[in-house]
Amino acid sequence: MSGLTVEDLRVEYPGTPPVLAVDGASLTVAPGETVALLGPSGCGKSSLLGAIVGIVEPAAGRVRWDGEDVTEVPVHRRGFGLVFQDGQLFPHRSVARNVAFGLEMAGVAREERRARVEELLEMVGLAGYGQRAVTALSGGQRQRVALARSLAPRPKLLALDEPLSSLDADLRARLAVEVRDILHAAGTAALVVTHDPAEAEAMASRVLRMSAGRIQ
Amino acid sequence: MSLAARRSLSWWLLAAVPLAFLGLFFLWPLGSVLVHGLFDGGFDAAGTWAVLASSRTADAVVTTLGLALAGTAGSVALGVPCAYVLYRLRWRGQLTVRSLVAVPFVLPTVVVAAAFSALLGRSGPLGFLDLDQSVVAIVAALVFYNVSVVVRVVGGAWAGLDPSLGAAAATLGADRRRVFAHVTVPALMPAIASAASVVFLFCATAFGVVLVLGGTRVRTLETEIYLQVNQFLDLRSAAVLSILQMAFVALALWLSAAARRRRERVAGGRALDGTRPFRGADAWVALPTLLTLGLLLALPLYSLVERSLRTIDGYGIDHYVALFSEPGRTVLPVTVAQAAVNSLVTAAIAAAVACVVGQLVATLLTRRSRRSGALDAVVMLPLGVSAVVVGLGMLLTLNRPVLGIDLRGSWWLVPMAQAVVALPLVVRTLVPAARAIDPRLRAAAATLGASPWRVWLWVDWVLLRRAFGLAVGFAFAIALGEFGATTFVARPDRPTLPTAIYRLLGRPGIANIGMAFAAAVVLAVMTAAIMMVSERMRTQVGADL
Repeated sequence: MSGLTVEDLRVEYPGTPPVLAVDGASLTVAPGETVALLGPSGCGKSSLLGAIVGIVEPAAGRVRWDGEDVTEVPVHRRGFGLVFQDGQLFPHRSVARNVAFGLEMAGVAREERRARVEELLEMVGLAGYGQRAVTALSGGQRQRVALARSLAPRPKLLALDEPLSSLDADLRARLAVEVRDILHAAGTAALVVTHDPAEAEAMASRVLRMSAGRIQ
Repeated sequence: MSLAARRSLSWWLLAAVPLAFLGLFFLWPLGSVLVHGLFDGGFDAAGTWAVLASSRTADAVVTTLGLALAGTAGSVALGVPCAYVLYRLRWRGQLTVRSLVAVPFVLPTVVVAAAFSALLGRSGPLGFLDLDQSVVAIVAALVFYNVSVVVRVVGGAWAGLDPSLGAAAATLGADRRRVFAHVTVPALMPAIASAASVVFLFCATAFGVVLVLGGTRVRTLETEIYLQVNQFLDLRSAAVLSILQMAFVALALWLSAAARRRRERVAGGRALDGTRPFRGADAWVALPTLLTLGLLLALPLYSLVERSLRTIDGYGIDHYVALFSEPGRTVLPVTVAQAAVNSLVTAAIAAAVACVVGQLVATLLTRRSRRSGALDAVVMLPLGVSAVVVGLGMLLTLNRPVLGIDLRGSWWLVPMAQAVVALPLVVRTLVPAARAIDPRLRAAAATLGASPWRVWLWVDWVLLRRAFGLAVGFAFAIALGEFGATTFVARPDRPTLPTAIYRLLGRPGIANIGMAFAAAVVLAVMTAAIMMVSERMRTQVGADL
């Protein structure tokens, strides 16, 4: 089976009693496909996303890519990208150096890095913004940079955790369509978490509904 | 091995470094103080009791308590009115006065002691009062040192005190005096109690000031430990007294923790502006208060500078020049300039060690967990033990070969002792800064392919550099002025600037005293310069985060 396969994933948070955030979730994402995970806040969708990417440790279950078990592979070697709700851009780096971070980590040569950063800034509609400080950007621009940053090292899968929720309604509708086109152009498999059904429809080719830690 | 197990293993591997450092240079020495105090061949309760029950010990305990209480009372009596004038009232130039008031607190104890002996010594400006080597001199120095603590803590509370409370009481028929007694004072009480308990702790562990100003006439537990070691070579008694001092400090710490908890409960987090502009009628309070404070702070420092410049025939820089020439063999084996170089080298090593260990600890404490709580507690322990006890412990433990390495008289024991003393402050500077970094920023770096080490380098380190610089400055200043622990482990032929000043102060002759004062001025300027640079760093840190 090519692409992402998640089998019976469980996520627990310690406490008395422990909180079961994800209660046996299974799903697949084919290469190039965009899948939305739709559900109310607190239903466990962000925890599920975190466990797939590797920043949250699952209590049980498997995560596979192209059939290979990656559950025990640490985040930085898993090759899955993640876009946070509020971007989480590096405040001490310029726009271009934020986008270049993943390429630096991968040891990409300087010239190639610059070309790739320019290409991505063009793709997200921020050509010429490279030298700006990220603190001087608007909310929509920040999310575009975050998207470009995550796509730069060509992740096998891009996870997006409520990528548009911190923006105002008008911008959200416009950007949802744009994100879909960008993901399509990049050809990356993507898993988008959102609580907005319209957004899910706009961005994804397939929508999964989640509630109380389970996928319906 | 699972991811969780691997992460736990690497946490403990990193934790091994600070734990080994504290184990070797703090916990083990502390343990040997306990063993020395309680055992003599076998368990020797009778011998311990003999030391505890001696009249010398009783004298020292009574003096320690009395000095600490007097120093606290004096600091509160002067500090509370000053808090009112400097924080409750608004007037031009008060920010400058506030920062001047904070200066004494960062001065090394030896400098404060030298300043008061310059003021009160026989040829000092107040020499006619004949207060040299008296209890009054020590109490004045303790107040000089600690009044800023009261001003800051009580001032902060007073500035945020709701003025409508007093107004409400006034509408109920209370005159100004009764508003003060029944509304203002009770509202300030938690802050006063908290400040007083911290000052009590500082006064009870004051060492340099008491040793220099009290001589052999006024002895506290701290100086008695020193005298037992250096004059009577009685390590047993020193260890027993150290145990007593530890109990004393534990009690004071417990009191101050209780007072702080009460203050936090009362404070309740609401920030409110209770200040009001200065009125003509305020002069009746403001002028005498500021005059007293000004005299207390300025006179000793003025005398120190004045007497460092006073020569046999007038004024000149002779004493400063003498810092570079070889003093008499019986006075100091090296020039004072060489002692200053020793101090700078030692302090640089101490700051480096404290900051590297502190940075490791801060990294391990960033994520709160049970094990990080335990590590935090261990690292803070040196705060609860006086520097003199740390020094004695190192003297008892490391004065013999360890693991086949001969440590006897090793010069690097000095920077290690200073690093132990500085470590808690370094950790308290770095941990809040590290915890202020959003953990998702680290997760973002990891999903972009950064290994844990590179996440630390490219996220934590880049964002913590300024806080780290601040910590380096603090650690350097503390190590530079450190006296209590240093005096036990510094070799006589390799004095630091504070130990050299102490030795010069104890030698007769205007040349030696003059050199001591000149050296104290140099040390004060060095410390103040470092603190100023660090403080500038702090404001930049604030702007960054």
